[in-house]
Amino acid sequence: MKNIITIAAHELRRLFKSPLAWVILAVVEFLLAILFLILLNQFMNPTPWFAGRGVTEIVVAGLFQVSGIVLLLVTPFITMRIFSEERRTGTIKLLLSSPVTITELVLGKYLGTLGFLIVLLALIVLMPLSLLMGTPLDLLQMFAGLFGLFLLMASFAAIGLFVSTLTSQASVAAITTFGVLFMLWIINLASTTGGEVFRAIFSYLSLLKHYDSLINGMLNSVDVIYYLIICITFVVLSIWRLDGERLHQ
Amino acid sequence: MNSETLISINEVYRYYGHYCAVNNVSFTVARGEVLGFLGLNGAGKSTTMQIISGVLTASSGSVSIAGFDIMDAPRQAKSQLGFLPEQPPLYNDLTVDEYLDYAARLRGLDRKNIKPAIDMSKRRCGLQDVGSRLINNLSKGFQQRVGIAQAIIHTPAVIILDEPTIGLDPVQIREIRELIKELGRDHSVILSTHILPEVQAICDRVLVIHEGRLVFDQQMKNLNEEKQDNFINLAFRQSPAPDALENIDGIKGVEQISERRFRVELNAGSMALDNLVRDSVANGWGLIEMSPQTDSLEETFMRLTTGARESA
Repeated sequence: MKNIITIAAHELRRLFKSPLAWVILAVVEFLLAILFLILLNQFMNPTPWFAGRGVTEIVVAGLFQVSGIVLLLVTPFITMRIFSEERRTGTIKLLLSSPVTITELVLGKYLGTLGFLIVLLALIVLMPLSLLMGTPLDLLQMFAGLFGLFLLMASFAAIGLFVSTLTSQASVAAITTFGVLFMLWIINLASTTGGEVFRAIFSYLSLLKHYDSLINGMLNSVDVIYYLIICITFVVLSIWRLDGERLHQ
Repeated sequence: MNSETLISINEVYRYYGHYCAVNNVSFTVARGEVLGFLGLNGAGKSTTMQIISGVLTASSGSVSIAGFDIMDAPRQAKSQLGFLPEQPPLYNDLTVDEYLDYAARLRGLDRKNIKPAIDMSKRRCGLQDVGSRLINNLSKGFQQRVGIAQAIIHTPAVIILDEPTIGLDPVQIREIRELIKELGRDHSVILSTHILPEVQAICDRVLVIHEGRLVFDQQMKNLNEEKQDNFINLAFRQSPAPDALENIDGIKGVEQISERRFRVELNAGSMALDNLVRDSVANGWGLIEMSPQTDSLEETFMRLTTGARESA
């Protein structure tokens, strides 16, 4: 456990040492702030389309919806260097020759990355929270959405973590992660064609479908378990991959 | 000197696909021993060192560090191990202090011991003045020293250094050699290098690995003993009669190398050389060369690694 914390703290510290982390925080916050203002403006000047929907549904859920897409674009840049850079610079040898198991190593790196994503999440959620000064919000719906966003990020990070164990080129890891995430995002489009079973499978696999119900305030165990399965699967795959690499390089 | 065995490598094989990089290597290293690991590029040195330090896994065979098997008890084994790979494993965006702090924590040092450990290893590697500088901004020599500092920070029983003096200037090389000698007093040190005099200067024992096999394993002092002056190489302008050399008083044996070159063995302490020179002058052999036969490390190394396969 101590080792996991050491590695996680080191990962987080190194992320904040690079300009990349700060730029990501700034850009994401900037883009989402613009969207937040647009959504707020729409709510203040309602069109018939918005009739009967509250501020939480329009502004908060809308913001989370877009945040999911922005994170899909941004997370690969955070996860790309997790292992690929260690391998390229040879620092992985320091880790492998230390009294640290591969499991501790992978979990430490994963938690450190999640730590950064939680900071990002905190910055995002400050915007809807600021509405509390002027209007009551459906806090439960908001927290369901927030939880959904966290699960979504954790899944992105787990997939990115695994991809970064496959290569020593950070940019290759980034583009591959993006490809995988985007595919999982739009896979439900495939469900518009084909038979009943086909449709059910593809719409279950889609990251988007499960996220939609969470940001609308529905906390289904199916959705939560879906994300947990993704996280655990890719963390375990990363452990296997690194363990196997020592034998078959 | 304590003869406790700290490193024990038993019938280790390592394959990359079908290519066998390490082929049945076995040896042990005792406490207080500095082992020089020689071999041509691609001979399997780095692979062997990485297997010993747990970075790679052996395809078969076992490695144990201070009595702990590196596969069955990796935590105990690796906490007794310091490893400097060929390329020092440095995080360029950290300062030296931050980096050493991380290395110490990874090696499982207690919080209260970390500060003294960092100070000790910085002092030993001459890094006191660069503690707050970014590793990226240090010269190659200093980076190499930081790499060594990280390998000794937890005072491991076993220290493995892959080409520790590469990229250093002559003064630094001398300092690092002194450091290695000092470390060798109460640790086991394995170091690989291409610089043969370096091995002669600091190692107690030499291993030569060639094409994945261990072809030579000898104590340094034995190697030096072979350099006795009992064997003399001779070259003449005129070849002497076949038994003329053997009949000289004090010469034990004669071996003809080529038409005019001979290697003779002398009885220790005899006047054979005086007799030989006198006979050469008297008979007009025209002695043009007389040199002691040295079985130096370099000759041994060249013999083992170039062509001479019968030794493998």
